[in-house]
Amino acid sequence: MTIDWFFILEKLVLISGVLAISLVVAMYSTWGERKVAGIIQDRLGPNRAGFMGLLQPLADGGKLFFKEEIIPGNSNRFLFILGPSLAMIVACMTSAVIPWGDTLTIAGHTVSLQVADVNIGILYIFGVVSLGVYGIMLGGWASNNKYSLLASIRAASQIISYELAMGLSLIALLMMTGSLSLKDIVEQQRHDGWNVFYQPLGFLIFLVCSFAECNRTPFDLAEAESELNGGYHLEYSSMKLGFYLFAEYINMFISSALMASLYFGGYSFPGMDSLGLSPNLVTILGTAALFVKIICFLFFFMWVRWTIPRFRYDQLMRLGWNIMIPLALANMLITGAIVLYRSTH
Amino acid sequence: MGMSLQQIVFGVLSIISIISALGVILSKNPVTSVLCLIVTFFTIAGHYIMLNAQFLAVVHIIVYAGAIMVLFLFVIMLMNLNAEIEPQKRNWLKYAGAISGGALLLVLLGALREAEVTPLQSGSTEIGLISNLGKTLFNQYVVPFEVSSILFLSAMVGAVVIGKREA
Repeated sequence: MTIDWFFILEKLVLISGVLAISLVVAMYSTWGERKVAGIIQDRLGPNRAGFMGLLQPLADGGKLFFKEEIIPGNSNRFLFILGPSLAMIVACMTSAVIPWGDTLTIAGHTVSLQVADVNIGILYIFGVVSLGVYGIMLGGWASNNKYSLLASIRAASQIISYELAMGLSLIALLMMTGSLSLKDIVEQQRHDGWNVFYQPLGFLIFLVCSFAECNRTPFDLAEAESELNGGYHLEYSSMKLGFYLFAEYINMFISSALMASLYFGGYSFPGMDSLGLSPNLVTILGTAALFVKIICFLFFFMWVRWTIPRFRYDQLMRLGWNIMIPLALANMLITGAIVLYRSTH
Repeated sequence: MGMSLQQIVFGVLSIISIISALGVILSKNPVTSVLCLIVTFFTIAGHYIMLNAQFLAVVHIIVYAGAIMVLFLFVIMLMNLNAEIEPQKRNWLKYAGAISGGALLLVLLGALREAEVTPLQSGSTEIGLISNLGKTLFNQYVVPFEVSSILFLSAMVGAVVIGKREA
């Protein structure tokens, strides 16, 4: 059995690159969040560390690393540490199946800018998302604090409830595309136009559910400081707290990449096949287009956070079960009927 | 080096799954048991992938590790089970458990001893891939598939009815 060293090297470089980019984007999302909050609230935001406060994330990270670590006396030490680690690992895992670009040709080798083009890409994402709840639940329970426990139970039931509607809205998309591979879905949109025009309701449901899955305002009931003293990471300090907060930003980045890939054409942009440029250059432009789309979604996440107050918990559950799921079911039914009609006529 | 890569992966996966399965029944702390069970599910999913059944593997993760075990964890966390407040079991209960468990082991051994096991070369079958599985389900087994979906629907209706009565 010969091992293809070039293949291994290529994947290693790609994995490190994707991981590094996710971390850097998440880091600068914290800066972006404060700047956006500043603009919306008519103030400047961070502007002391470096030009326009650009070194602020580094300063924050350094501070978190050097803070004293406190582990509560009656907590389960192993699970207490496992919680934030799981949150971080799971957040980083999803990036494996997202197509970050088309193929590059380097010295005769064709390199795909996707870590793993598996034929069940969307189901993989679902699997990883459904594991995301463990980090929050374990951390909240291991803290041995009733507020943390309440917050983690809120987070878990919220994530489970909104996962259903998210899955149903995706089924409608899959019936249309006929493939579970994200690469296939992006390639189809390259030729047939963006899915958001065919699945507007599905996209809306997916968008709302990803807000809920990321625990973002208006669905950040798990961190409602006015009722829960801060939420599931109440007992955490130092970089373990940093991991929880950071995982949220990575999740936001990945959901933005996912929404861009599923509904907004991913790395494709209008007119990309008629530019007449070299394929490598088109690929790089495509990746840049994907990142522009991702940044737009990230801005949207922040915009919503700083303009809309959070729901009450019963309102959140009612929205999930009584509105989102029936809407997603109706969307699925309509899509199925249209797909059937078009295949017979 | 007489072992291929697949054999090494199989060996490692099997060792982890046996250790974590033992951890489920041997650990004193119920939360640790649940975590061990989740690890066991992951190793079983790894075995599915080695049999070229990615769909089965990922559905296994979504359903068992992602949904069912979260509910287990919920219940255990809310009841706050631990060794101190666990009621002492009576002696006859322990003996009855040991005898019935041993009897089940004997039955399983007897059944498996005579069973013909055809070894499956890993990667030789394509039935676990999602498109093949879908075609088989909707052509060859469409009636059982639909009947089982009605079964699920009735379970869901039953859950809603029970939930409504409580409220």
